[in-house]
Amino acid sequence: MDLRFTPEETAFRAEVRDFFRSEIPADIRAKVSEGRALAREDYVTSQRILNAKGWAVTQWPVAYGGQPWSPVQRYIFMEELMQAAVPLPLQFNCFMVGPVIAAFGTEAQKRRFLPRIANLDDWWCQGFSEPGAGSDLASLKTRAVREGDHYVVDGQKTWTTLGQYADWIFCLVRTDPAAKKQAGISFLLIDMKSPGVSVRPIITIDGRHEVNEVFLDAVRVPVENRVGEENKGWDYAKFLLANERTGIARIGLTKERLQRIKRLARETPMGAGTMWDDADFRARVAGVEIELKALEITQMRVVAAQATRDATKPDPASSILKIKGSELQQAATELLLELAGPNALPAGGADLLRNDPDAPFAWEDAAAPMYLNTRKVSIYGGSNEIQRNVIAKAILDL
Amino acid sequence: MDFDLTSEQRLLKDSVARWAADTYASLDRVEASRSEPLGFSEAHWAELAELGLLGLPFSEADGGFGGGPVETMVVMEALGRALAPEPYLASVILGGAALRLAGDAAQRARLIPQLAGGSLRLAFAHGERQARYDLEDVATTARPEAGGYVLDGAKGVVLNADAAGLLVVSARTAGGRREGAGISLFLVPTDTPGLTLRPYPTQDGGRAADVILRGVRVPSEALLGPADGALPIIEQVIDGAIAAVAAEAVGLMEALQDLTVAYLKTRKQFGTAIGGFQALQHRAVDMLVALEQARSMELYATMMVEAEAEARGPALSAAKVQINRSARFVGQQAVQLHGGIGMTQEYLGAHQFRRLTMIEILFGDTAHHLRRVTRAGGLLGAA
Repeated sequence: MDLRFTPEETAFRAEVRDFFRSEIPADIRAKVSEGRALAREDYVTSQRILNAKGWAVTQWPVAYGGQPWSPVQRYIFMEELMQAAVPLPLQFNCFMVGPVIAAFGTEAQKRRFLPRIANLDDWWCQGFSEPGAGSDLASLKTRAVREGDHYVVDGQKTWTTLGQYADWIFCLVRTDPAAKKQAGISFLLIDMKSPGVSVRPIITIDGRHEVNEVFLDAVRVPVENRVGEENKGWDYAKFLLANERTGIARIGLTKERLQRIKRLARETPMGAGTMWDDADFRARVAGVEIELKALEITQMRVVAAQATRDATKPDPASSILKIKGSELQQAATELLLELAGPNALPAGGADLLRNDPDAPFAWEDAAAPMYLNTRKVSIYGGSNEIQRNVIAKAILDL
Repeated sequence: MDFDLTSEQRLLKDSVARWAADTYASLDRVEASRSEPLGFSEAHWAELAELGLLGLPFSEADGGFGGGPVETMVVMEALGRALAPEPYLASVILGGAALRLAGDAAQRARLIPQLAGGSLRLAFAHGERQARYDLEDVATTARPEAGGYVLDGAKGVVLNADAAGLLVVSARTAGGRREGAGISLFLVPTDTPGLTLRPYPTQDGGRAADVILRGVRVPSEALLGPADGALPIIEQVIDGAIAAVAAEAVGLMEALQDLTVAYLKTRKQFGTAIGGFQALQHRAVDMLVALEQARSMELYATMMVEAEAEARGPALSAAKVQINRSARFVGQQAVQLHGGIGMTQEYLGAHQFRRLTMIEILFGDTAHHLRRVTRAGGLLGAA
């Protein structure tokens, strides 16, 4: 047993760290760190730099642009990416639809879509949730009826993150209404420019436009845009969700936030000194750091176990990472809000809906929006209560 | 990075687990050992010697088995899981570490074979009632005289002192009560004139004693390690003990978690196993999360226990904070999920909870160790 990284792993860490810090534009990384909204172009710029290096889709099969890295290298890569405040390669492209097409798509689909997914030439969004299908995703109602070489799709998707930027949406649709829940679902790729697709913004609790409703009204989708077999879409969705949970603990992100909080605390006046002189505040920060250290090791244990398990099925231990990781992300934003104190009140430069995006920005402006926005992390990706159900069943056998 | 045990470590783990399972198959067996005069069975102690566990952390050159932190972790986890009452922590971990870290060649050569063979036990007489968890707070004095020292003072809650032949006693050879410098360690046989033990049972079913020292004369060779400079050694001994109880606590929590989940599957109310109720399922999951977080910090403690003091201190404190929090949560929820039976002496889980509660207090509570991490500036450098 040796919990230290090998010299090779340490060298790898230095290599990726240097690249992120020297090649990804500082202004983009600052926006991520400060919790300011990114423009579409920021995501595209950052991902194309990564892609040119071969690092946008590292977890894909090597044949489609992935890297032959060990689980530990993958962990280090993501950890350093988040600590450098580099925008994550677009989740929907790189961690969701890309791996599904690579695993289950036709050769034509792979050739057509994968390079554009990796380079963010096409922006993808996720059409899973519906107003009546949240945690109970398999109860989705969006219908796809076969008419010759097309499906005609009717229904509504919701919580479509960054759908306002999207060129394509990957959807779970019901192709066999007679079948039991999970059995009658297919996985369709839909061009957002198709007639009948409309997008309505949902303004979230933090005052931002991050998610959308997507309405599908008699949208004609060529059959060639179905991934895999008809009525087998649920299997592909499960495969996708297993990918989604990898790295869901976001330890690097929380680390970056805590380090920033510690730096800002030294600059934030309180009484005759700064917030960093307040032993109570420091103890609260230390309390979160301790849990984060524990979670980091828990994550490394899961990573180490990956080498010997079936990667296509979710590791129930990853549900532990989801629960604790989301709680710690939230705890960090609570500390940031506490640190900002009364100066968190002004909407300031973080309010993109009401203000010019170039308005002067103070770090306190983003404290409340970050806190509010981060409430989502215990809800999405399978709510923490669903994760507890998963653990109760899969690990505790209750 | 490698979380696997070597084949030798796996053999060790298996052999301790087998011994523990055979020896303490039920709470009755634990209680039978505890009811012996010293709170454990001498026969079992001899078995631990035969298994090589009593000499485990000492170098082979000194007559030990050359085990490191991982080996200690493996043993403590197994002993914790079994609720074994033997004074392994007091004698091998605490006393043994003081001897290992501070003893000169002659002291090690004389004592370690006796310890490994089971004929001698140690206890670590450092804490004093007024000191709480402050390691530098030592009022006991050692006055030099021709050919030796004279010790006066009182040590409080010395674990398993009544089972020890030899105490490692800290005393001031210089400086004021709360000064870091000026503390020395001494090897003091328990039958030395002027030394009085007041032994008592502890809340977790173990034993401890207060040690009164009145004009206790020891020869110069009793000095263990540098005169006036023992504090760094004491800190290292306690950090080692924290890593050890972290492992013991993980073993206990694992056992308690298993016991609780098994109970949820068998206990029927409203015509069904209560494990079918989601409120209870989620509580059991939260216990598992707390256990896994504790296990991670057990590994962290094991990894950091031999690091330089500057890195070791905050790391071990961080580990103890997590262990304490997890131990409290797992213990309390286990009792809650068991309902009335969890409140009784006849139930194994209640004893595991008691031991976990005392582990929380041993070597620094949550507030103490959180302060230590906070004073060090946390675990992450500020960006």
